[in-house]
Amino acid sequence: MSLFLHELRYEMRLYSRSRELAFFTFLLPMILFLLLGFAYGDQRIQGVKGSNYLLTGTLGYGVVATAFAGLTIVLVIRREEGILKRLRSTPLPAPIYLLAVLTTTMTAFLVQAVAIIALGMAVFGASFPDHLVSLVIALVLGAAAFAALGVGLTGLVRRAEGASAVVNAIYFPMLFLSGSFFERSTFPGFLRAVADVLPLTYFINLVFAVMNKGDQIWNRPGDVAVLVAWGLIGGALAVRRFRWVPQEG
Amino acid sequence: MSNAVVVSDLRKSYGDLEALRGASFEIAAGEIFGLLGPNGAGKTTTVEILEGYRKRDSGSVTVLGVDPAKAGQRWRERIGVVLQSSAMYQSLSVAESLALFAGYYEQPRGIDEVVELIGLEAKRDVHVRKLSGGQRRRLDLGLALVGDPELLFLDEPTTGFDPQARRRAWESITALRALGKTILLTTHYLDEAERLCDRVAVLSDGQIVAIGRPGELTGALPPTEIRYRRDGQEVVLRTEEPTRALHDLTAQAIAEGRELEALEVRRPSLEEVYLSLTDEAAE
Repeated sequence: MSLFLHELRYEMRLYSRSRELAFFTFLLPMILFLLLGFAYGDQRIQGVKGSNYLLTGTLGYGVVATAFAGLTIVLVIRREEGILKRLRSTPLPAPIYLLAVLTTTMTAFLVQAVAIIALGMAVFGASFPDHLVSLVIALVLGAAAFAALGVGLTGLVRRAEGASAVVNAIYFPMLFLSGSFFERSTFPGFLRAVADVLPLTYFINLVFAVMNKGDQIWNRPGDVAVLVAWGLIGGALAVRRFRWVPQEG
Repeated sequence: MSNAVVVSDLRKSYGDLEALRGASFEIAAGEIFGLLGPNGAGKTTTVEILEGYRKRDSGSVTVLGVDPAKAGQRWRERIGVVLQSSAMYQSLSVAESLALFAGYYEQPRGIDEVVELIGLEAKRDVHVRKLSGGQRRRLDLGLALVGDPELLFLDEPTTGFDPQARRRAWESITALRALGKTILLTTHYLDEAERLCDRVAVLSDGQIVAIGRPGELTGALPPTEIRYRRDGQEVVLRTEEPTRALHDLTAQAIAEGRELEALEVRRPSLEEVYLSLTDEAAE
């Protein structure tokens, strides 16, 4: 336990010192939330005030940016630089290391979620979430699923330089298709068909229902099931493909 | 004295390439042992098998009494590893990096003691990002040392250093001898091996082609060389009895009232031995 706390303390310190990470995964979603909120936050989207819809969409953007994109890039860079290899020569057990990295990611996302909701309340008059327990469970479930997918993806990325490219190629289209920035109902059928398999679609549906329709998480078993399934796919990929040593070594 | 490392008939292939073809050697506890060889000779493969990173195809390996392929956390407490390329979190300071790694071990050395040992006192609170290549390499050594291991693996610890940085690194490594550590170091610098190692093994084409004290290896092959100039011509004598040869030469010169211009007596360097050995293996 003390070893875990030791590692966690340093992981938190490393995270807090990474400016690129702070900007792209933490601040950028909030900046886009503000821009889009001012642009069409007063329209009605899916039967609610546009800014309330965008708040949910931004939580989706945040979970993918922090728990998926940021995590994948950090782990690939650490692997290709040889940091993970070096850690394997120490007595630090691998599960403790990974648990500390994932806890840091989870914490960063929860702080980000609080900041996004606070921004929505302060700027766009969003109300405080009714079902706080359901919301927290939904956020943690989403972050866990995306983190598992992120760790799984590291095994498919060969080089550090390729990490951003691969991650961006996956996550930007997903943000659009899953409706982070505007509602999906206006999309043509084939795009909606793609959106219907993406995990982010179900995360946004789930959070939207909990925040805007008065649903509890247990009223949305379908969304939960799809997120869990994606999380398991990511986990299986991680177990099979995660590597500690750089490509050449 | 017991052996820290025992390697017997070690073999490893990558596809069709036989990287190791039956290498055998032993390293005594407290010894500084050098593994020499040209690039591609199998040095890193050997070291990484001993460190537990790679699996061997056949042969037996014991490191601190344990097979590294099956070793666990307890064994890692007792070894320190400096990999061929340095890698550390850029945004941690020297002291923070050492403190992070110290936390992984049961009985770590003090941070300040390690900082002093690697000579980075002035850079204690500087982030890794701002260190020079040589300073990073010394931090690598510090990170390997902070757990107070019995056995250290140093894979080309001074490659790419300028002469001054190399000398500083040598001082750090020599200081480890005083701490009683067993060290396996790989290098392709012969002066480094000659300077630091109690014994060296020359690895060529996946096999150990020579093993012994640097002095023994140089004694084994070509004889002592005596050079001087006479009437503008260089004269070279090779002899197994340098004392007698030199005595005869100087006595004759004195009798004739001549000076032996540019007189030089030299033992073959490890480099020449090494080149003759690795050439033979390549043929």
